[in-house]
Amino acid sequence: MDFTRFFADLWIARFALVEGIGMTLVISGIAIVLGTLLGIGVALSLVYGGRLQRFVVRIFLEYVRGTPVFVLILACYYLLSGVIQLTPFQAGLIALTVFCSSHVGENLRGALLALPKGQTEAGKAIGLTFCQNFIYVLAPQALRQALPAWINTAAELVKASTLLAVIGVVELMLTTRQIIAIKPRPLEFYFVAGLVYFLICFSIERLGRAVERRVALPS
Amino acid sequence: MGYQLNFAPVWRDFDLLLSGLALGIGMALVSVLLVGNLIGLVAAFAMTAKSATLRRIAGVYVTTIRNLPIYFLMLVAFFVLPQQLGVRIDKVHAFTGTLSIYAGAYLTEVYRGALLALPKGLREAGLAIGLTERQTRLWVIIPVMVRNALPALSNNFISLFKDTSVAAAIAVPELTFYARQINNNTFRVIEVWSVCSLMYVAACYLIAAGLRFAERRMAIPH
Repeated sequence: MDFTRFFADLWIARFALVEGIGMTLVISGIAIVLGTLLGIGVALSLVYGGRLQRFVVRIFLEYVRGTPVFVLILACYYLLSGVIQLTPFQAGLIALTVFCSSHVGENLRGALLALPKGQTEAGKAIGLTFCQNFIYVLAPQALRQALPAWINTAAELVKASTLLAVIGVVELMLTTRQIIAIKPRPLEFYFVAGLVYFLICFSIERLGRAVERRVALPS
Repeated sequence: MGYQLNFAPVWRDFDLLLSGLALGIGMALVSVLLVGNLIGLVAAFAMTAKSATLRRIAGVYVTTIRNLPIYFLMLVAFFVLPQQLGVRIDKVHAFTGTLSIYAGAYLTEVYRGALLALPKGLREAGLAIGLTERQTRLWVIIPVMVRNALPALSNNFISLFKDTSVAAAIAVPELTFYARQINNNTFRVIEVWSVCSLMYVAACYLIAAGLRFAERRMAIPH
C-alpha cells in the first residue's frame, strides 16, 4: 500500500469529504430537532390526548416503528416526489424526522408514564394549573429519564442517514463512493468514512453516558 | 390530482413480495438466531473473562460494530473485502455475514447484561455439586442466562429483522427490493409502499407474538 499516494488523493478529495461529513451532520441535526419536536407532540397526545387523538397517534407510531427506516426513506422519496416536487434532501429529511419522532415519542411517553401519580396530585394540591404542573413538575423529571435514550436516538439517526445515499443525498457515504469512482482506492477511503462514522457515533455514545451520570436522580 | 388507486399491479406480483419477505425472515433467522447468537454468547463470556486480552478484543469488537452503520458494513463486505481478497461473494452471503457480525455485537451486550445480573451463587452451586468450570457454564449458567435474556433478545431480533431491508441496496431480492422494482415498473407508488410497509409491520407483529410465546414457554417456572 502506497501511503504517500493515498494521502495525496485524500488531500485532493478533502473538500468533497468535508462537504459529505457536513451534509451527514446537517441532515441528522435538523432531523433530530424536528423529530424531537414532533416526538414531543406524539408523546403528549399519547399521554394526555383524548381517545380519538390517542388512537390516531398510536396507529401512526405502530406503523412507523414496524417499518424499516430504509422503507420509510424510499417511500418518502418516491411517494412525495410523485405528489409534490421534492429534492432528495427534503424527502430524506422528512423520512428521518418521522423515524426520529417515533423513537422520541415512545421514549418520552414511557418517561411520562413512569412518573408516580403522586407527582401530578401534589402539583394539583398546591394549586398549579395543568400547564404549570407539566412545566415545573412533570417535564423536568420526565426529561431526565428520557435524556440518555434520546442521545442514543441521535446516534441511530446518524447511522440511518447513510441510507440517504441510495436516494441521492450527497452525504458522507455517497461522497465516499463518488471519490472511489475517481480515485479507485476503496479500502482506504472506506476506512476513512468508517473512521468518521465511528468517531461521530462513539462521541455521541460517550456523551450519552456522561449525561446519564450527570442527570441521574440522586438516590 | 385524480390519482386512482389501483392495487392490481401489486397483487399481481404479491408472490414476489412474499418471497422477498420470506428471504428477509430467513436471513434474519440464520444471521441473528444462529450465528449472531453464537458470537454474542462467546463474546459475552470473553467480555467477562479473567484474561485482559480477551476482554479487550471483545470490547473492541462490540464498540466498533455498534458505532458503525449497517449500510457501511454491508458495502465493505460486498464491495471492498471481496476485491481485496480476490474472491467473489454472493450478495445474500455477504449480507448474511454482515448481519451476523452486526447482530453479534448487539447480542453481546444483551448477554453481558444477563450474565452480570446472574446471582453469584449460581456458579458456586454448580461447582459445589462437582461440575467443572466448563460444565457449570454450559449446563447451569447458559440456560438461566439465555432465558433471562429472552425479552431483550426479542427486541433486538425485531430491529435486526427490519435491518434486512438495507440489503435491497445491493440487490438482494428481499421485500424492499421487489417493492422498489414494482414501483419502478408500474409507478403505483402509494399502493406499493403501503403494502410493503404493512407487510413489514405485520411481520414484526407476528414475530413479536411468536417470540413472546416462546418466552412464556421457556420462562423459568416460579
